[in-house]
Amino acid sequence: MIQIILIAILSLLAQLILPWWSLAVVAFLVCLWRSPSAGQAFFAGFYGVAFVWLAYAVMLHLRTDGIFTGRMGELLFKTNSPILPGLVTAIVGGLVGGLAGLSGYFVRQVTQNQITARS
Amino acid sequence: MRYTKAIVISLLTVLLIWGLNRPWGGIPAFGPLLSPFVGFWQNAESTSVSDEEIAIQGTQAPVTVLIDDKGVPHVFAQNDHDLFFAQGYLTARDRLWQMEFQTHAAAGRVSELVGDRALELDRYNRHMGMGYGAEQTLKGMQADPASKVALDAYTAGVNAWIDQLSPAKYPIEYKLLGYAPESWTPLKCALLLKQMTSTLASGADDLLMTNILRKYGSVITADLFPDYPTLEDPIIPAGTPWNFKPVSSRPSPPNDTTVNDMITWFTAGFRRPNPEIGSNNWAVGSSKSATGHPILANDPHLTLSLPSIWYQMQLVSPTVNVYGATLPGAPNVIIGFNKDVAWGVTNVGADVLDFYTVKFKDATHREYWHDNKWKPTRARIEVIKVKGKPDVVDTVFYTHHGPVVYLPGAKAFRKNIPIGYAARWIAHESSNDLACFYGLNRAKNFDDYRKALALYVAPAQNFIFASNQNDIAISPNGRFPMKWMDQGKFLLDGTDPADDWQGFIPADQNPLVKNPPRGFVSSANQFSTDRTYPYYLNWQFAPAERGRRINQRLTAMQHATVDSLRMLQNDNFNLRAADALPVMLPNIDVSRLNADQKKALVSLKAWKMNNDVSETGATVFSEWTQRLLEAIWADEFDMGDSLPMRNPTFDRTLTMMQRDPEARWFDNVKTPAHERMTDVLTQSFQAACDTLAKKHGVFGSSWAWGPHKSTSIRHLLPGVDAFSALNVQIGGGSGIVNATSERAGPSWRMVVALGAQPKAYGVFPGGQSGNPGSPHYQDLLETWRTGQLNELLYLQTAQDKTPRIKQKLVLK
Repeated sequence: MIQIILIAILSLLAQLILPWWSLAVVAFLVCLWRSPSAGQAFFAGFYGVAFVWLAYAVMLHLRTDGIFTGRMGELLFKTNSPILPGLVTAIVGGLVGGLAGLSGYFVRQVTQNQITARS
Repeated sequence: MRYTKAIVISLLTVLLIWGLNRPWGGIPAFGPLLSPFVGFWQNAESTSVSDEEIAIQGTQAPVTVLIDDKGVPHVFAQNDHDLFFAQGYLTARDRLWQMEFQTHAAAGRVSELVGDRALELDRYNRHMGMGYGAEQTLKGMQADPASKVALDAYTAGVNAWIDQLSPAKYPIEYKLLGYAPESWTPLKCALLLKQMTSTLASGADDLLMTNILRKYGSVITADLFPDYPTLEDPIIPAGTPWNFKPVSSRPSPPNDTTVNDMITWFTAGFRRPNPEIGSNNWAVGSSKSATGHPILANDPHLTLSLPSIWYQMQLVSPTVNVYGATLPGAPNVIIGFNKDVAWGVTNVGADVLDFYTVKFKDATHREYWHDNKWKPTRARIEVIKVKGKPDVVDTVFYTHHGPVVYLPGAKAFRKNIPIGYAARWIAHESSNDLACFYGLNRAKNFDDYRKALALYVAPAQNFIFASNQNDIAISPNGRFPMKWMDQGKFLLDGTDPADDWQGFIPADQNPLVKNPPRGFVSSANQFSTDRTYPYYLNWQFAPAERGRRINQRLTAMQHATVDSLRMLQNDNFNLRAADALPVMLPNIDVSRLNADQKKALVSLKAWKMNNDVSETGATVFSEWTQRLLEAIWADEFDMGDSLPMRNPTFDRTLTMMQRDPEARWFDNVKTPAHERMTDVLTQSFQAACDTLAKKHGVFGSSWAWGPHKSTSIRHLLPGVDAFSALNVQIGGGSGIVNATSERAGPSWRMVVALGAQPKAYGVFPGGQSGNPGSPHYQDLLETWRTGQLNELLYLQTAQDKTPRIKQKLVLK
């Protein structure tokens, strides 16, 4: 749980100034620091990022009366509905975050292994 | 094993990010596009706005901007420099992508954005000398101090907007295509004006007419393509005296009036301009108006697009208080009004583009033959950047006429561009058209209008004018080449100085009428004058129906109000049908029609000849006339690309049906039977009905004009339906006063009642913002579609109180 919150807060801050893929660096580092299992690492990254992307998207959608979401839905997915753009946004962001978290977990396994082996 | 997993998953992550961070063919980079931090979500604009103070480098004093409920900025500046700076800044704020894209297109730089699929388009624009022409115009504009201030300040304003723009705030089109805006330059303003000239004044049937002359000889050509139509009502009322002494040294045609032998057969023709591009304007004088002061109306017709072609602004400084339609990318108001005067424009179809044979000395193209001498060409290197490919380097050779658009042996962009010809085009002249609009924006009376018009070059326009001193006037105005009769109707001999343009008609001898006895002035792209005007402008202009209809209604009109002129802008009467159906209907052989065709005929006979949305008669008539023209002329004048020709006009065809029903042209030479007028009318009617039945099913309401015409207003990027307005249900059509056809139509409608204070109304199909994520992207469309106008808010000071002001910006 702490990972999800950390990933959400830190990736949000990172993306305010850095390129969009900085979210992956954040998810990677957080899971490198602490992640009990592969599954939890993936979902920490996935939910942490997906939550931020979806929440921010929904906020922009509401603040602008959804003027643009339908048009973009039509352009990208040929359906004039705000659901699909929101869903795809959350999934794409989540996948990148999840995979980055998973990478963090596996790299952690390697380094921890070395530490264990040396001691 | 642990190593492998760590490496594979990490690589996969990097690969996914890489894949999402780049475009794939036409598919944009989804990562940055979907990110709510930088992607499309950021382009949505809030419906509620608040006042802002914007710290900005470049203004000399604070500028106050009031933005009204339609998104129109009203700019209050303390000097002209700041006024133009703010115009550039605010236009970029709403229309940056559009203004850059249009100038990229004019400059032949679309390949930079979309790759080599635009290469031939770019090459075409460059070979036509668009960049060269823009450079000439820029020199002309920069030579005038006031214009230079306007250009430089406007440019600085656009750049001030671009400089503070973060990638997250780039217009959506940049995000979709994956590029960034570049700095604005004064040259881009010039390119924009060239683009207008290219749209409005690049018509040339020279090649098609030459092919016809070769095939049918001069007698038939003169008969079928006469120099004046049967039905016409010229812009300057017939019989208006010319108050000037014509230049004595007017050119006369060379003795050899047959086609020069150098001109060989052509397998090519030239792109014809869209015949639906035209416009209406008129002004009623005080005697006809209910207010006792003139009322002026204008609606320029262009290929409709989104973002909207025009951008409304009010510009106020100590030298000016003007409101009207501006072109994104050009300083000043183009069509508008101030306290004292109003003005508008429609296009003049003068022949200002001609093609000349070029005889090169050798394959180096360094010298060409003219006036019995070898003369040097100038070479201009065009470097076309292509996205994802190496640059393409082209050399274009210029004779004293202009660029050789395609060298002998080259392959043309459109199969029909003449190969090996030099283009003499008004767009290549140095000019300062800005100065004309600068003057009109500040005009107080008729004399100011005349002074401003003398500065204008191209694209030539019918400048209509009205003042609160109760003057009305119109002048087909621009720089017109001095020509002999029919010079440029056919291709010209580039070796013979007699075929050159012989200077220009003096600006003060351009056609003009002021306060004519009939009490109104008007234009709809028809012939500028009757046949007494001492100079030659062109042998053909737009069909006369719109102009004749406008003049009929204005002649009958008394006590005109803003509303009666608005109604005239929306007039859907089909004068062509009124002219032609009395000949077409009696000559159709009803016994040969099937049941469905008979129903269509009944509806056509019952039709009140209005092109309203629900009328089926309009659909049948439109399709029938198209088929009829094909049936009469295609067998002789459509030989495909092997010998491009064109059909005689509808006016000429109608005259033939009325006066010469036994003419040889009715026979289809490709069939053994001998067709007569009745056969052609009947067969074309059957063909029209069959086509419509195939498209819309059996005859019924599905044949109605609105759904059949299905007007669409498309985004400038091809295929982006989501940002377009499709299947807009509106009446009118080509040749109708309400000239809304499938793709073209009134791009701005304005009506101004002059008086102590002007009362003005206007609308365009779209909205003030170019951002599809803005509430002002197409909020004016429905008003436009239903034929209504919005009152245009004409403020006196920045302190004026009105509930329509929604936001205040201060630039300082």
